[in-house]
Amino acid sequence: MNDLLVANSVSKNFGNFRALNQVSIAVPKGSIFGLLGPNGAGKTTLIRIINQITMPDEGSVLLDGQPLKPEHIKDIGYLPEERGLYKSMKVGEQCLYLAQLKGLSKSEAKSRLKYWFDKLEIGDWWNKKIQELSKGQAQKIQFVVTVLHKPKLLIFDEPFSGFDPINANLIKDEILQLRDEGATVIFSTHRMESVEELCDHIALIHKSNKVLDGKLNDIKRQYKTNTFEVGLQSNNSDAVVADIKNKFDVLPATFKNLNDDIKLNIKINDTTSSNDLLSFLTSRAEVHHFVEVIPSASDIFIQTVKNN
Amino acid sequence: MNHLPLIIKREYLTKVKNKSFIVMTFLSPIIMIALIAVVAYLSQLNNDKERTISILDETGYFKDVFQNTENTIYTKLNGLSLEDAIALVKEKEDYGLLYVSAVDSLEAFADNVKFYSEESPSLTIMSNLERKIEKHLRDMKLQKDGVTFAQIEASNTSIDIAQESFDGQKSSKIDNIVKLAFGGIAGYLLFMFIIIYGNMIMRSVIEEKTSRIIEVIISSVKPIQLMMGKIIGTSLAGVTQFAIWVILGGLLMIIVSSIFGIDLTQASAPQQELMNQAMQAEGAQAMAENLFTAISNLPIINLVIAFIFFFIGGYLLYSSLYAAIGAAVDNETDTQQFMLPILMPLILAVYVGVFTVIEDPHGTVSTVFSFIPFTSPVVMLMRIPFGVPLWQQGLSLLLLIGTFIFAVWFAAKIYRVGILMYGKKPTYKELFKWLKY
Repeated sequence: MNDLLVANSVSKNFGNFRALNQVSIAVPKGSIFGLLGPNGAGKTTLIRIINQITMPDEGSVLLDGQPLKPEHIKDIGYLPEERGLYKSMKVGEQCLYLAQLKGLSKSEAKSRLKYWFDKLEIGDWWNKKIQELSKGQAQKIQFVVTVLHKPKLLIFDEPFSGFDPINANLIKDEILQLRDEGATVIFSTHRMESVEELCDHIALIHKSNKVLDGKLNDIKRQYKTNTFEVGLQSNNSDAVVADIKNKFDVLPATFKNLNDDIKLNIKINDTTSSNDLLSFLTSRAEVHHFVEVIPSASDIFIQTVKNN
Repeated sequence: MNHLPLIIKREYLTKVKNKSFIVMTFLSPIIMIALIAVVAYLSQLNNDKERTISILDETGYFKDVFQNTENTIYTKLNGLSLEDAIALVKEKEDYGLLYVSAVDSLEAFADNVKFYSEESPSLTIMSNLERKIEKHLRDMKLQKDGVTFAQIEASNTSIDIAQESFDGQKSSKIDNIVKLAFGGIAGYLLFMFIIIYGNMIMRSVIEEKTSRIIEVIISSVKPIQLMMGKIIGTSLAGVTQFAIWVILGGLLMIIVSSIFGIDLTQASAPQQELMNQAMQAEGAQAMAENLFTAISNLPIINLVIAFIFFFIGGYLLYSSLYAAIGAAVDNETDTQQFMLPILMPLILAVYVGVFTVIEDPHGTVSTVFSFIPFTSPVVMLMRIPFGVPLWQQGLSLLLLIGTFIFAVWFAAKIYRVGILMYGKKPTYKELFKWLKY
């Protein structure tokens, strides 16, 4: 059993609107799984089904091989995009309450809260009301509440919104650490740089259908165009460029470098290897820069959504 | 996992610890008592004012008819013309002048009595004068026809019809008053409770939506658990507040009336009048005895049990609807369109209770409304002191419970969908669609 969470052909209708159409995903244990998609694609509906907030019309969801049951609530930690806390309730009381709802005993919740409050250096907030805290501070509390009961599966919907870069990094490190301690993470966001940074698997949902999923690296390999970004120096630039253009498809490239004269994106065909290209280039000019162009998550996202 | 006790505890504690709740709990009885005291004081003030009414009687018939009372002094004017009398009364700043012009016969009297005053006179004073004049004229006419004064006196009989049911239970007018009081208080209490605390539940659901915590909570507990927890927790807070109001209000009442010597019961004049009539008929001693038997005649056990069940049933029925409204909207201003259908049956129930049950507790209208679940709690509670067959109570309660279960199912559906809907004001059509999600 390598997948912690499996969704089998899950469909959900709201009246005449089909919010999810036969969506299947498999989230491997210990992975950070990026759930991507444009606004209104159906991500939140899928997440709510996993959290048993709504029931699927068709299909099933398995957690650790078992169909979802009410008892699984304590195995899941969910940080929704629309989140908030009781404004007039004190931080400590509120955390205890929410932890108890997740099945922790009061004393257990207290000791774990102490650990987290010390770790994030927010111990002196215990007796403050939420309305006295800033938005970022409240977000920190919310994060603690989400992970406090040590769930097997963590679901974060836009976890970094509202954080300054320092705190966003802090939370990112905490997420990575939780993953290292054995938690599996589903991560939904529109910020592709954090997908790049964190996710090892992704699934892309578009217009209620899953259009792409797999390991991020596999997908990138699939989407790569055998293009190389090169920077060359030569006394005879025009002749060199003409020479290259004769043999390969060439596009102009922009990247930052100290003193390159020629900057090109060179696409090679399947029969040519990168070494062939390199030796061709070294025979003509001095190579300062030679990098394979890897499609970014953002490129893949835009391309896939546009094509569907 | 059953989180209901936890949710109830939180709801209760947040309500009870809320500053405005505490202020209202302790301030309301003070304000109420102060208000009653002021009203009582003012009406006493009004009654204590002395009035002088001058009488210009050209016939001489009414020499001994107008006797001074505590608040009214009658001055007889003799040998003055009407103009002079009016001028004199004006100068003395009397309340008014009663003028009886000279007549030939008793029969032609009707148009010959007039009252002159600065402002239009009070209704009570006028009817009082009229009653006195009418009685005296009747006596005079009878005497003219040869009936002696003693005969007239002897013809006055005071009647108090004794009441007895077919199975021999004696009752009196005071019984009815006591029954009305019990039923009225029970029905009205329920009405107030639903309005005050139903609104509180609705607001607390809206608060959860606006603070966006709902999705966090709902990923841990079932919506129906949250809803029931809210309803029960808020109700317990309500019971607490009510109890404090009753105790505090009672204490204050005693303190205020003993310090200032104001009879606070003066403020509630209409009931007072009913009681007074009953009292006049029987005297204070008998009255106290009757009151006691009247209360002990009430079906106390039935009343208490029915009160508990109908109160809880009615309250839960309405409060689940309030919770559903709270879930369907985004802010309090949007609740208006949904409030009317809730308030209508409630107000109808109170009207039926007040106007129909008093007139005829077992008539068709009262009986029918005491079966309709949305009005039955209030109407049935008002009927029960008059004795309602157990099968009727049972059937009505059964209908109420059935509707309550349906209402909770309905509210839970709306609640489940509504709490996650933001941004738009739903229409009835959309609410209906939500039921099928």
